[in-house]
Amino acid sequence: MSATPALKGEPAEVWITGIGLATSLGEGLDANWDALQAGRVNVDEKSFAPYVVHPWMQVNFDTQIPKKGDQRQMEAWQRIGTYAAGLALESAGVKGNKEILGRMDMVIAAGGGERDLAVDCSILTTQAKGNAAPGLLNEQLMSGLRPTLFLAQLSNLLAGNIAIVHGVCGTSRTFMGEEAAGVDAARIALARIAAGQSDIALIGGSQNGERKDVLVLYEFGDYNLRDKHTGVWSRQPRGGFAVGSAGAFLVIESKEHALARGAKPFARLTKVVGDHSRRKQPEDVTVTLRKLWSELGPIGPGGAIITGATGVEPVTAGERSFLAEHADFAVRATGTSFGHLVEAQFPLGLVLAAMSISRGALFPPNDSSGFEIEMSKPPAQIVVVGAGHWRGEGMALVEAIR
Amino acid sequence: MSAPRDKFGRPIVVVTGMGVVTSLGTGKTDNWAKLTAGESGIRTISRFPIESLKTTMAGTVDFIPVEPFTSSGLSERLAELATEEALEQSGIGRKGDFPGPLFLAVAPIEVEWPQRMELGRAIGKQEIDYNDMLRVSGGGKFVAYHRRFQLGSVADYLADKFGTKGSPISLSTACASGATAIQLGVEAIRRGETDIALCVAAEGSVNAEALIRFSLLSALSTQNDPPQAASKPFSKNRDGFVMAEGAGALVLESYETATARDAKILGVVAGCGELTDSFHRTRSSPDGKPIIGCVKKTLADAGMTPEDIDHINAHGTATPENDKMEYQAISAVFGERAKQIPVTSNKSMVGHTISAAGAVEAIFSLLTLEHQRIPPTINYENPDPTILFDVVGNKARDARVTAVMSNSFGFGGQNASLILTREPA
Repeated sequence: MSATPALKGEPAEVWITGIGLATSLGEGLDANWDALQAGRVNVDEKSFAPYVVHPWMQVNFDTQIPKKGDQRQMEAWQRIGTYAAGLALESAGVKGNKEILGRMDMVIAAGGGERDLAVDCSILTTQAKGNAAPGLLNEQLMSGLRPTLFLAQLSNLLAGNIAIVHGVCGTSRTFMGEEAAGVDAARIALARIAAGQSDIALIGGSQNGERKDVLVLYEFGDYNLRDKHTGVWSRQPRGGFAVGSAGAFLVIESKEHALARGAKPFARLTKVVGDHSRRKQPEDVTVTLRKLWSELGPIGPGGAIITGATGVEPVTAGERSFLAEHADFAVRATGTSFGHLVEAQFPLGLVLAAMSISRGALFPPNDSSGFEIEMSKPPAQIVVVGAGHWRGEGMALVEAIR
Repeated sequence: MSAPRDKFGRPIVVVTGMGVVTSLGTGKTDNWAKLTAGESGIRTISRFPIESLKTTMAGTVDFIPVEPFTSSGLSERLAELATEEALEQSGIGRKGDFPGPLFLAVAPIEVEWPQRMELGRAIGKQEIDYNDMLRVSGGGKFVAYHRRFQLGSVADYLADKFGTKGSPISLSTACASGATAIQLGVEAIRRGETDIALCVAAEGSVNAEALIRFSLLSALSTQNDPPQAASKPFSKNRDGFVMAEGAGALVLESYETATARDAKILGVVAGCGELTDSFHRTRSSPDGKPIIGCVKKTLADAGMTPEDIDHINAHGTATPENDKMEYQAISAVFGERAKQIPVTSNKSMVGHTISAAGAVEAIFSLLTLEHQRIPPTINYENPDPTILFDVVGNKARDARVTAVMSNSFGFGGQNASLILTREPA
C-alpha cells in the first residue's frame, strides 16, 4: 500500500473480516454465542459487595501471549486486551502474516491500568496515623511501586503490547474518553479505510471489571449497580451499571484488500457516527440519537438494535424514548449479559452485530421487562448504539454483505 | 498562484492559528524571544516536596493558577490558553462556535493524590483499605471528582467552551501524542470530512507520582544542579529527559478555505508519517528500522526527498538512547547530509512536554520558518563525538529554512514525524 494514497472518487466499502471476543461468559465466539442463547449471566455479587461486577473468565493467556515475560509486564486489563486482539487477528486469518501485520493500522480505545491498591492503602494509612512528614509520599511511592507498573498503566501501552506481542506495526493511535473512545476508534479507522488512507485496521478495547480503583471513580457519581444483578431495562429509578470484564476486537479492511487475499467477511461496517450532546436535559440525548440515526443511511423496518445502554439515569431514559420510536426493532442491551465495558462497550456491540449477521440470527432477548422483543428473521441490518454514562453518543450500521 | 491541491490530489493543509504555553511563558511572542535567547524554563520543583526524590527539577508551568489544583485541571487550563491564542490569530468562527472537530492529545487522567488523601481523611479510621474508600465515595459529596477524573474531561471542557463539532477525540501515543493530534487533523481535512480542525496538545502532569514513575524507569536526568543545565540533548554526558509542562494548539485548514477567507497562512503541514516499533516497551529497535521507516514515510507523504529538508527539529530528549538512535536513523535516510542539516532540540530549554511535545515543537518549527532563525540547543558544551549532527549549539542561528522535519518518538513504540513548510509546494 502506498504511503501517499490519492483520494479515490468513491469511498471504499469496508468489511469486518476478523472478530475476537473474550468475556465473563467465556472465550471465543462460540462460547459467548452459546451463553447468549442460554441467557447465561456471570456476575459476582459477593467479592465486591455491595457492588455487582462481571468477573473475567480465566483463559490460558499462553495461547495468545506466549512469552511469560510479556505477560508479567502487563496487568489484567492489558492481558485481556492483548489476548482478545490475538483472537481477532486469528479470526481474520492474518496472525503471523508479517507482510500484512507490518502495515496494519491500529486504533485502540483505552482507559488506564490497575493501581497498586496495597501501596495506595499503605499511604493513606500512614496519613491517617498522623505521619505527615514532607517527602513521605515520595518515599512510599519510590519504595512501594514496582518500576514497570507504569507501563502496565499507560493508556497507549495496550497498543504497545499488541505491537510487541502480535507484530501489528502500521500506524497506532490510542483514544481515551470512556465510551466515546470506542465509538471514535471505529469511526476514524473506518473513515481512513473508506478514503484510501488505510487498507486494514485492528480496532477494539478491553476492561478488567474486578478493580476497586475503578469502582471508586464510578462511586463518586453513584453509578455502580448495587446488591443484585438486574437487566439494564429494570434498574429504575436509581439506575446503575455493573462493570464488566472483556476484550472485544475487530479487524476491518477494504473490500478490495479482503478479496485480494481471499478473506471471508462477517459483515459490512457501513457507517459509524458520533456526537457530544451537552445533556442539559434528558431529552437532549433523545434528540442526538435521532440525529445520529438519520446519518446512518437507509435503514429498513423491523431490524435489530444492539445497544451498550449503561442502565444509568437519566441517559438510559433518554435512550429508551428514542428506542420507543423504533418499536418494530428488536433491541438487545449488552450491559445485561456482559456488564458495562466503557471503552470496549461499542466494540463489543460491533462484534455481536457481526456475529449475528454472519450466523443468520439475532441472539435472544435477556430482559424480564419485555422491552426486548423476539426477532425471527435473519438480520440484514443491525444498528449498534453507544451512549456514554456521562458524555458521548455513537451509532454504527452493520450490514450483511450483498 | 499555487493550485489548492497537493501533488497527490489531496487538499493542502495549512496552519492559520497557533497558540503555545511552556515553562518559558504564555504565548508565541514570549516563548520565541526566550527560546531564541537560549533561556531555560527548567527549575527546581516547588509545587510539592522533593525530599527523597532522585530528580528534583522540571519545566513546570507555575505561573498559571488552578484552584483547586489538579494535574488534569492544569492540563485543561494550558489547553484553553493555547487554544484561545490560536483561535484569536486564525480569526475563524465565532466565540463558542468552531466549525470543525477537536483532536486533543492529553496525558491519561486518573484520580490524583490530593483527592485520594481527601477521601482518606473522610474515612475516619487509621487502617484504611479500598472498601473504606468505596464506603465514603458515594452519596454525591465527591461527584465533582467523577467529572474531573474522566479521561474525556478536558476534551469535554474544550468542546463546550469553543463549540467544536462532533465527538471530540482525546488521544495518547505517549511522546508522539502532539504530532498524532496534528496528523488526525490533517487526515480529516485530506479526506474532505472537514475544511478545518482544531488540534490541541497539553501536558500538566508534573506531580509526585508521575515524576516518580518516570524516575523508577531511569528515564529522567538526575543532574539537578543547576536545573537549567540538566537537559543536554546530543551531549556526551546527557543522562535523561527533564519532565515539563506546556500546551500547543493549531488551527489547521484547507488551503482553499483559508485563501477564500483571506486568512494569513502561517505554514503548511506538507507531510506526516507514523510507524510502530514492536521491539520493546521503552526502547527502540537497535536496527533503527521503525524510526527510519517513519522518516521515509513522512518524506513520501510530503512528496519530498531528503534533499528538500533543510532543518530538523529533533525529538532530542537527551536520553542516552534516543539521541543516539535518532542520529543513526537520520543518517541512514539522509546519508552525508545528516551531518550538514542544522539540527536542534527545543527540549534543551523547555524540557520534554510529553503529550504536548509534538504540537509545541511543530509550532516552534513554524516560527523558525517565519523568522528564518533556528533556536539553539543549549547545554551543548560536551558534544557526543558519535553524534555527528550539525547541532545548533548554545546560540540561535540565522539560516535559510524552507522545510522542517519535526520528530516525535514515543514510549511504547509510537513514532511520528511531520514536515512543515512555509509555502504550499
